[in-house]
Amino acid sequence: MGRKLLLEKAHVEGIRTYEVYRREGGYASVEKALKSMSPDQVTEEVKKSGLRGRGGAGFPAGMKWSFLAKPEGVPRYLVCNADESEPGTFKDRYLMEFIPHLLIEGLIVASYALGSERTYIYIRGEYAWIVDILEQAIAEANQAGFLGKNILGTGFNCQIYVQRGAGAYICGEETALLESLEGKRGNPRIKPPFPAVKGLWDCPTVVNNVETLAAVVPIINIGGEEYAKIGVGKSTGTKLISACGNINKPGVYEIDMTISVEEFIYSDEYCGGIPNGKRLKACIPGGSSVPILPANLLLKTAKGEQRMMNYESLADGGFATGSMMGSGGFIVLDEDQCVVRNTLTLARFYRHESCGQCSPCREGTGWMEKILKNIETGKGKKSDIDLLWDIQRKIEGNTICPLGDAAAWPVAAAIRHFRDEFEWHVNNPVESQHRNFGLAHYADPLPVPVTA
Amino acid sequence: MVQFSDEQLKKVQEIVARYPDGKQKSALIPVLHLAQETFGGWLSAETMDYVASLLKLEPIEVYEVATFYSMYNLKPVGRYIFEVCQTGPCMVKGSDDIIDYIKSTLGIGVGETTSDGLFTLKTVECLGACGYAPMMQLGKHYREHLTKEKVDGIIAELRAKAAN
Ligand SMILES: Cc1cc2nc3c(=O)[nH]c(=O)nc-3n(C[C@H](O)[C@H](O)[C@H](O)COP(=O)(O)O)c2cc1C
Ligand code: SF4
Ligand code: FES
Repeated sequence: MGRKLLLEKAHVEGIRTYEVYRREGGYASVEKALKSMSPDQVTEEVKKSGLRGRGGAGFPAGMKWSFLAKPEGVPRYLVCNADESEPGTFKDRYLMEFIPHLLIEGLIVASYALGSERTYIYIRGEYAWIVDILEQAIAEANQAGFLGKNILGTGFNCQIYVQRGAGAYICGEETALLESLEGKRGNPRIKPPFPAVKGLWDCPTVVNNVETLAAVVPIINIGGEEYAKIGVGKSTGTKLISACGNINKPGVYEIDMTISVEEFIYSDEYCGGIPNGKRLKACIPGGSSVPILPANLLLKTAKGEQRMMNYESLADGGFATGSMMGSGGFIVLDEDQCVVRNTLTLARFYRHESCGQCSPCREGTGWMEKILKNIETGKGKKSDIDLLWDIQRKIEGNTICPLGDAAAWPVAAAIRHFRDEFEWHVNNPVESQHRNFGLAHYADPLPVPVTA
Repeated sequence: MVQFSDEQLKKVQEIVARYPDGKQKSALIPVLHLAQETFGGWLSAETMDYVASLLKLEPIEVYEVATFYSMYNLKPVGRYIFEVCQTGPCMVKGSDDIIDYIKSTLGIGVGETTSDGLFTLKTVECLGACGYAPMMQLGKHYREHLTKEKVDGIIAELRAKAAN
């Protein structure tokens, strides 16, 4: 049983309320940080912890904080990214819904470290009921004196506001998020300048993911060094994984990054295996943007080592034979799933979500969807597969924000690893309309489980 | 005529107060949500102009935003909107069947409203409920682990609610 730092108390009866949360030891990190540490010491502790951003890119959080510009007389802002819209990802929702005070606590400590007196939680518009949960928690924290003016008599003032988005995946990209928070269309900004220098209303700003900010609480409580001992290598601490697709137990799991992918999928503590005795075909281990891997490469790296659930191991082999931890959205596909169809829904998603500023992304995502649709419906040509490859190559790296790459990678990986399935669709336009390709050579290397 | 109540105007003031002085444009997205909820579930030109005047913005600043975000409806909609997710993880769990079932049960296509004005069907992209698929958004809440029986139940429940 792995160590839990974030969700350990998530199921204590009444933990959503301040009263119970406090009784269970909540807000201790605010007391410790504000009363016994300087803001820089808090940042130092986060640096020592090795905590990497949990929003997808995995950038070290303490380092990001230390880059924040601090010009005299200019306000600084902390913005919590709760836009959570990457297909396969629903971990932040879980944390906010079940243990909202953990996020509020982390936000207060982080606001203190960064000197943010107005801190915003930008939450995707569809999570409307969670806005109420968070606002309730904020009101309780105000009442208890952990927010507002002169918190705990330390002279630090801070208020947290919840801002609802209105349906746009692109607003998860940090500069689009800031545009949206300023009341505009969510068009990503050209970087540099980075938000650390010129962010919200042109002021220095840090944008961090929900889970990143919640992790600040255990880091301050147990100390950065202690936190860094959990996990392995540069994958320190615990990570929330939202697991979905063809598994027996979809849900949100906190793992300590020392378990293997195989254990994560098959053990009863986590996903509980694949339903109906089916075999594993493929998996998108870190949210829809990261490369899909066939079963054989998912469970073992190209070198034949056991693949583990952490940043380094999931990325082992680069894009040729590896994938990424990404946002922790773990999507499992069994032998009955069609990779072409799955890739099509993702291509449609990215076409729908492209903000339209850059031609390669705006046009390319539309073309990819159209071509995939043709292949899927039995109208594809053999040359379409190369054309798809060509288009994704032309998008990647040629756009203002990483949504272009995020749209290109899933298509590239699907063709790289499942080319025979694409060809089968093209060569068997009739048959492919009523049956799926199945497992083929990338078959689940595990024996078929015995089921009753 | 489009006009917020006094209580709603107070709410608008509260929203504006979340931002530093002079940054009331930031209130636009939350105030548009409030306007859509208040004025029939969609944003007419009149509603958008009203919001512009409230926040001292040019009408174009409001149109630009209203047309960018998928949660704003720019045409009249039914009283209840079924927004069914169709992205990969939901598709794997049978969202296509659910969409087809709603279409045939209500006799409408995607983007259409039933003739009694009660139901609109929309398809949407991932709503962050992939582990509880298939699912739809219904007003402020999600309905998850959908089955045909559950869809029947939801329709019956809403018809009963509307009749009261
Ligand atoms: C298209 C796109 C969508 C993104 N969506 C999210 C999101 O929903 N939540 C999130 O935390 N980060 C998202 N990110 C990453 C953010 O830009 C940013 O890196 C992150 O919020 C930083 O927080 P972290 O360092 O704590 O991970 C997205 C990035 C891109 C390019
Ligand atoms: S890459 Fe796509 S989403 Fe990003 S700025 Fe360009 S057009 Fe917009
Ligand atoms: S794919 Fe439907 S909620 Fe995520």
